[in-house]
Amino acid sequence: MSRWSRSALYLSWTAGRLDRLHARIDASRAGLDAQLLRRASVAQELATSGVLDPAASIVLYEAAHAARQAEEEQREVAESELSQALRAVFAEPQQVEAVREAPGGEQATRELTEAVRRVPMARRFHNDSVRAARALRRHRKVRWFRLAGHAPFPLAFEMDDEPPAALADRPA
Amino acid sequence: MRIGIVCPYSWDVPGGVQFHIRDLAEYFIRLGHEVSVLAPADDDTPLPPYVVSAGRAVPVPYNGSVARLNFGFLSAARVRRWLHDGEFDVIHIHEPASPSLGLLACWAAQGPIVATFHTSNPRSRAMVAAYSILQAALEKISARIAVSEYARRTLVEHLGGDAVVIPNGVDVDFFVRAEPNPEWQGDTIGFIGRIDEPRKGLPVLMKALPKILAERPQTRLLVAGRGDEEEAVESLPAELRPRVEFLGMVSDEDKARLLRSVDLYVAPNTGGESFGIILVEAMSAGAPVLASDLDAFAQVLDRGAAGELFANEDADALATAAVRLLGDPARLAELRERGSAHVRRFDWSTVGADILSVYETVTSGTAAVAAAYDERATGLRARLGLARD
Repeated sequence: MSRWSRSALYLSWTAGRLDRLHARIDASRAGLDAQLLRRASVAQELATSGVLDPAASIVLYEAAHAARQAEEEQREVAESELSQALRAVFAEPQQVEAVREAPGGEQATRELTEAVRRVPMARRFHNDSVRAARALRRHRKVRWFRLAGHAPFPLAFEMDDEPPAALADRPA
Repeated sequence: MRIGIVCPYSWDVPGGVQFHIRDLAEYFIRLGHEVSVLAPADDDTPLPPYVVSAGRAVPVPYNGSVARLNFGFLSAARVRRWLHDGEFDVIHIHEPASPSLGLLACWAAQGPIVATFHTSNPRSRAMVAAYSILQAALEKISARIAVSEYARRTLVEHLGGDAVVIPNGVDVDFFVRAEPNPEWQGDTIGFIGRIDEPRKGLPVLMKALPKILAERPQTRLLVAGRGDEEEAVESLPAELRPRVEFLGMVSDEDKARLLRSVDLYVAPNTGGESFGIILVEAMSAGAPVLASDLDAFAQVLDRGAAGELFANEDADALATAAVRLLGDPARLAELRERGSAHVRRFDWSTVGADILSVYETVTSGTAAVAAAYDERATGLRARLGLARD
């Protein structure tokens, strides 16, 4: 095999790798979006349920609302603020207990617990795929031959996703 | 009368609402009423004997900034216990429309509830669910008080319903009795307020100052308030900077003496004021007032009869009015006299009596305040909630 055809083979193989990584990013980002949306929806449902006191309800409602409505460039901040609001509202185990005791509260608690734990997972998977793609795209042959085409440089999703302690400690 | 007052903001942080509640409580105590104030406070903050701590306020992102609020299970339990132990004839909640201790108390109590709305600009976004959450608690209020016509109007627009207007109170005689300080006298303009809060308007005054000094080079500007002093005079030509004296944070006594000493008090605030207590204090001290024409200020100054108004944020208008007033001792004397007469309606003796009338109106023929039965909870948990701290 000539030197040129070896190079061509390498390039085509790398382009395929890059494609796969980009597809993985799209999938992981969609997964993260789904988890974030689910979390905001459960939070909003709890906020309007009347199970929480009105002050906690409004704080949670506004945060969830802002997270759902945020423009892309505000999204990380808005989602972080929802994490903070959730931590403040569910800081005490008794609050979680009070929600559980309400009619339908058991299920709502389960959904919220799942949501606050899955967001960090989904985010880690997404950022991991972003890291892999970025590493490959920084490779000089990829840059020289513009193998990534016009695909935007993948960005990690940075946010505070620490779940409330009272929800993190219990089995989902 | 047994009166329970709920303060929404941390007792350890100085602020207009906190001062209002402190003065109101002390006024009622002097009249022989039993008063208990429930307020957020750090556990190690020394509190006056009539204040009960509702625990620490939690910082949370709210409405575009970080607010320190009380909510949640433990705060609600403390509110219920306070209501239970206090056996109040009436409770008076402040700022019940913000997600804070006031709203929590409103939700947890039943019986005669009076509420005062201080803020004039709640949120502009109308949020359907937040509105309904709020309404359920606000429905329990038997009488609403707004601190100004402006605050009342926003209350009507945003939440519906109506309110009586009772202004914030001031101890007028405290200012009348203050001794002028000779160092602060002689062609002086006074400004009190946070230096680094642009809405307090110091930048507007700084912009107007060169024009004032061009006409009246002997004039001095005395600034009392927290903030970066160098930054505040940055816009000013270097040779004019010595005409500005910064006094830093001043005590209540020095504030009164400053207001007694200056020839003109300028309030260039550009917004965010629902009342304007500083104008009332200035008038109490007999200082002629020149203020921006914010709605709240115009009302406190009796549409310009008790003090002069200039177009908000218009530094030229401010300069022109200041130069004219400082050069017209007869007009200044007239403003002093009118202000002193007008301000009597803001004295605690008037304001306190009005608030007491509201209490009496809502308590006549009703049962005392109690902790509301928490319909979310079983009897056992409600009892636990009461027992827990």
